Amino acid sequence: MRDALRIALHEEMERDETVFVMGEEVAYWHGTHKVTREFINEYGESRVKDTPISEMAIAGAAVGAAMAGLRPVAEIMTINFAFLAFDAIINHAAKIRYMFDGQFKVPMVVRAATGWGMQATASHSQTPEPIFAHFPGLYVGCPSNARDAKGMLKAAIRDDNPVLFTEVIALYPKPSPVPEDTDFTIPIGKSDLKREGDHVTLVAYGRGVDWALQAADQLEKDGVRAAVVDLRWLRPLDMSIVFESFKQTNRAVVVEESLPHYSFGSEIAAQIQEKMFDYMDAPVKRVSAADVPLPFAHDIELMALPNAQKVVDAVKEIL
Amino acid sequence: METQSIAVEREKLLDWYRQIVLIRHFEERSLDLYHEKKIGGVYLHLYNGQEATGVGAVAALQPQDHVITAYRDHGIAIAKGVDPKYVMAEMFGKKTGTSGGKGGSMHIASAEHRMWGGYAIVGGHLPLAAGIAIKARYLHLDEVTLCFVGDGASNNGYFHEALNLSAVWNLPVIWLIENNLYGMGTAVERASGQVELHKRAVGYGMEDGGRIDGMDVTVVYDTVKQARDFVIKNGPILIESMTYRYEGHGVSDKIFKERAQEMAKWRDRDPIDVLAGHLKTMFGDDIEHELEQIRLKAEHTVHEAIEFAEQSPAPTYEDLFRNVYVE
Ligand SMILES: Cc1ncc(C[n+]2csc(CCOP(=O)(O)OP(=O)(O)O)c2C)c(N)n1
Ligand SMILES: [Mg+2]
Repeated sequence: MRDALRIALHEEMERDETVFVMGEEVAYWHGTHKVTREFINEYGESRVKDTPISEMAIAGAAVGAAMAGLRPVAEIMTINFAFLAFDAIINHAAKIRYMFDGQFKVPMVVRAATGWGMQATASHSQTPEPIFAHFPGLYVGCPSNARDAKGMLKAAIRDDNPVLFTEVIALYPKPSPVPEDTDFTIPIGKSDLKREGDHVTLVAYGRGVDWALQAADQLEKDGVRAAVVDLRWLRPLDMSIVFESFKQTNRAVVVEESLPHYSFGSEIAAQIQEKMFDYMDAPVKRVSAADVPLPFAHDIELMALPNAQKVVDAVKEIL
Repeated sequence: METQSIAVEREKLLDWYRQIVLIRHFEERSLDLYHEKKIGGVYLHLYNGQEATGVGAVAALQPQDHVITAYRDHGIAIAKGVDPKYVMAEMFGKKTGTSGGKGGSMHIASAEHRMWGGYAIVGGHLPLAAGIAIKARYLHLDEVTLCFVGDGASNNGYFHEALNLSAVWNLPVIWLIENNLYGMGTAVERASGQVELHKRAVGYGMEDGGRIDGMDVTVVYDTVKQARDFVIKNGPILIESMTYRYEGHGVSDKIFKERAQEMAKWRDRDPIDVLAGHLKTMFGDDIEHELEQIRLKAEHTVHEAIEFAEQSPAPTYEDLFRNVYVE
């Protein structure tokens, strides 16, 4: 997936001179996650900017540059540090269009690595996309594979609205074919059916999609056909495929890498019960991380993390 | 010097030597253990090269004083008196570790030693240092807070707010920038408008403690000792200690090796050699025998720490849910 993101960024920088990259270690370190590998050699310091360790300024300056007409792609090394930039993203990026009644637009992308499971410890092991998705005015997306990553990032850069784009660290090494078409994009707010099935609907995004697909494989051996819907975008949220599928399956399990309270799972479950009540045969189940800050020690960290088996177990509870 | 004070001086320097050598060995073994996958995870930030700053600064404190730092914390915890075996056990993710295996390498704390912890969010611990110092003022205590700050961290918003607050409230904080020339791969000149970081003190209306040789433990000690007296009476001070890390930013740093020449220059002023030089000048070459004993003892201590960590139990499922709140 790393290469897909790199290619997407590269293509957009080729296509549009106003697109530039800034963030900690994006230039000479070639990006902490190597998404901007060799960019500095190709585009130089004017378009590939190493910043001081100043998240507030990275996000805030991206807002200003975007208002002024550039298209900044700001990298926050990991989403955990976006909390330092929260104000710029939430109080400014997400609100400026509305507060000034359409006078300005903020075509910026904040890219941030997300996820956990690498013993990075509590403050470095979060997947807080749902928190950001709470706020109108900001789009939030998180791809589950390389193809989507390319199409979604390109759409995010081209869009005139601010986008928080998170990339699951565990998925960076994931290979998968990427369309060569330089105009291939995946529209913002379009969900995707990753697997057909008529017994239960598994709803996920990001890494949760992998767990859902693995669980679906396992369930198939027991004769259970699970559909897997990848929402891709937490905002705008496209529930059309979920609802379509739910009408057939009448059961759903939400898989999320993040915490259970006030979460992705809560939102999806609420929408299903509001809009699909007549089709419901069982409560919507949620598979989430344990409701704790993350520990360092590997064994207990893994106990806290969702996995395919936990998804299988949840499905069996509602069949 | 009188015979008695000479003996005291000798013991003091030897103690620093003991600590620096212990930390050096601890860090070098930690790197091996990381490669052997005994220490897990993706982060391990080593302190070798910087020992003189940590040891000299902490030695200048009183036992009731407070220390707080960032994630490059093993050495500082050891200097503050935390037993290396509990530090090592934490890095192994064991229940016997300083944080029961929940904090890992970046979060070594020991409340009983007034080591308030390592913190992994750059700059995040600075306002905490100010807060700890509020208590000293509040209750009129003879306590200072020593806050280690990375050069890179000095560009974070937290730095500005915490230093300014400490100045307006005259808090007894020693802000000690460990300028090891880089924040990850970014050199100070590429990240800071004012590259002499101590000069920022002026902007906050606080005492400028100057720039010091962070490779010489005696210099760091003398500076911080004076600073302690100063901050108790007057309020905060900002000191910049020039130092160097030998292993790159963390275990993921692939580019620091390109700086071999620069590294060699700093290694010429290695904290261990510099201090050994002082000891030999003051007490003669015969002291080498004692230094040798100290080095052997350090190996032994680290060996014991590793054994302790290895034999310790891992935290359990119950531990996963323990201490989310005060119960
Ligand atoms: C808020 C925040 N941004 C970025 C990071 C990633 N990061 C960890 S350490 C570091 C460099 C810090 O450099 P410096 O303050 O000089 O300390 P040193 O590592 O040299 O001891 C960075 C960018 C982080 N942990 N927290
Ligand atoms: Mg540094």
